[in-house]
Amino acid sequence: MSSAPQLDIDHVARLARLALTPEEKATFAAQLGSVLHHIEQLARVDVSGVEPSAHAFAVNNVWQDDVARPGLPVEAALRNAPAQRDHMVVVPKVVE
Amino acid sequence: MQYEAVIGLEVHVQIKTASKVFTRVAAGYGHEPNTLTDPVVLALPGALPVMNKAALDAIIKAGLLLGCEIAPVCKWDRKNYFYPDSPKNYQISQYDLPICRGGSVEIELPGPARNLMGEHKCIPLTRIHLEEDVGKLNHGAADSLVDYNRAGTPLMEIVSEPALHSAEEAYAYLTSLRATMIYGGISDCDMEKGQLRCDANISVRPVGETKLGTKVELKNLNSISFVRDGIAHEIKRQIGVIERGGTIVQETRDFDGMTGTSQSLRSKEEAHDYRYFPDPDLMPVVVDDAWKQRLQAECPELPFAKQRRFLEQYQLPYTLTSVLVWDRALADYFEEAARLSGKPQAVGNWIVNDLLREVGHARIALTASKVRPAQVAELVQLVDAGTVLANAAKEIFVEMFATGEAPGAIADRRGLKAAPTDSGELEGWCRDAIAANPKALAEFKGGKESAINAFKGPVMKAAKGKANPKLVDETLRRLLAAI
Repeated sequence: MSSAPQLDIDHVARLARLALTPEEKATFAAQLGSVLHHIEQLARVDVSGVEPSAHAFAVNNVWQDDVARPGLPVEAALRNAPAQRDHMVVVPKVVE
Repeated sequence: MQYEAVIGLEVHVQIKTASKVFTRVAAGYGHEPNTLTDPVVLALPGALPVMNKAALDAIIKAGLLLGCEIAPVCKWDRKNYFYPDSPKNYQISQYDLPICRGGSVEIELPGPARNLMGEHKCIPLTRIHLEEDVGKLNHGAADSLVDYNRAGTPLMEIVSEPALHSAEEAYAYLTSLRATMIYGGISDCDMEKGQLRCDANISVRPVGETKLGTKVELKNLNSISFVRDGIAHEIKRQIGVIERGGTIVQETRDFDGMTGTSQSLRSKEEAHDYRYFPDPDLMPVVVDDAWKQRLQAECPELPFAKQRRFLEQYQLPYTLTSVLVWDRALADYFEEAARLSGKPQAVGNWIVNDLLREVGHARIALTASKVRPAQVAELVQLVDAGTVLANAAKEIFVEMFATGEAPGAIADRRGLKAAPTDSGELEGWCRDAIAANPKALAEFKGGKESAINAFKGPVMKAAKGKANPKLVDETLRRLLAAI
């Protein structure tokens, strides 16, 4: 696995709902390519006999009791919304 | 050609908790928009999720109730997609290690008649996993509005095997699954509030074919009746397409229960590419035997098991059991009244016919009824002892429902008890009736048991309908034996 990793920048951009210029595509393709290259290096490590794990620490069962706490006031919750109406976030129409 | 439908259901059930699944802001329905959020729900930078223990207990309990295998270790994964209902741009779900695997839902199909039990089947489940619900989009003419109150509500996805073969089976499956969740206290399953939602994967194939046909996903089935109607409609549509020489296209269709039609949701969706990976912010959950046993001990008897027991233990007719067992409060109510009175069948009739009618008219919950099981039991005993006659009992019941007064007290106050019988009057009426009908006397003496009824009419008439029928019968038999 020494050849350059395959990366379809158009597909990745579409999944992320990003409209990229050709210059941006070239920049990000190169950056993401380096990331994939790094992952490829990791993939070369021999892990036969190592049990797969989702975490670096062997800590399980981290939870809280089901006791509700107050949340954010609606004004604070919507402070970052680019547009709002009726205390809801306005987004482009997502169905036809 | 004969066709067979193959249906798999994906049912989402919201778990009834006070707070959300990965953060402690309150969960709930019907609140002002965006008032149930916090930094975790809104995915503000640095916010970290923490598991809700009650949601885990609930899904393990659901799995135990449905006979699933509970995974000794499970974890949560990020399902990545960009859509405004999810502020994080991923949904926390379970991918390859769901908490419950296997199990089944017992269903009953409609019987040959209303009073006869139908065929029972067990529909196998693939898995149940715990994830978070997403926000709600309200679509307007020009834009969409997002309310994140629902985002982060604990949600179970219950996936069946493609093992259902008709709209009726799907209806029975949902009915049984919903009752199980309500019995277990896991969810209220109110479909109008989105607490239970159903998507159906439907395909058809010629009978005898083993390969599955192309499946169509039916969405927006927002009542159990719409699920039945939508599936029936889709099966018919697919068979129609095939018979006209067409082919089924894999697509998602939206069923409109009001018009009974469906239309394709134009899928701009490219092949799903969710790029699942383990969520590094949540630690795996290890479920040991002690935890499972503790929850197993809380598992209630389920409706079908209860029905089998009611049929055997109380010798109830099927029709009564099929009303009593689907509502846990009603079944408990019945059992208490049956225990107090020792007359389960009579109690069952009063509850199913009279109590449910009055509760329905008054539009109240059973728990709000002033008539408690002890009063139903007392009324049944008064009727059984002949102290109160059937018609008077009906009157007493209505009054008891309105006031909550004890049936015996109502009968006394309103003079609804059968006539006193120690006056000697009854014996006189009985002697007169026997003397007036030598033909019936001869028949009775000749061994025709039912001839005794010929004397009862005149006795009741003489008593103006207030004689205790049990005592009338006893007195007549005593006098007849002595002749």
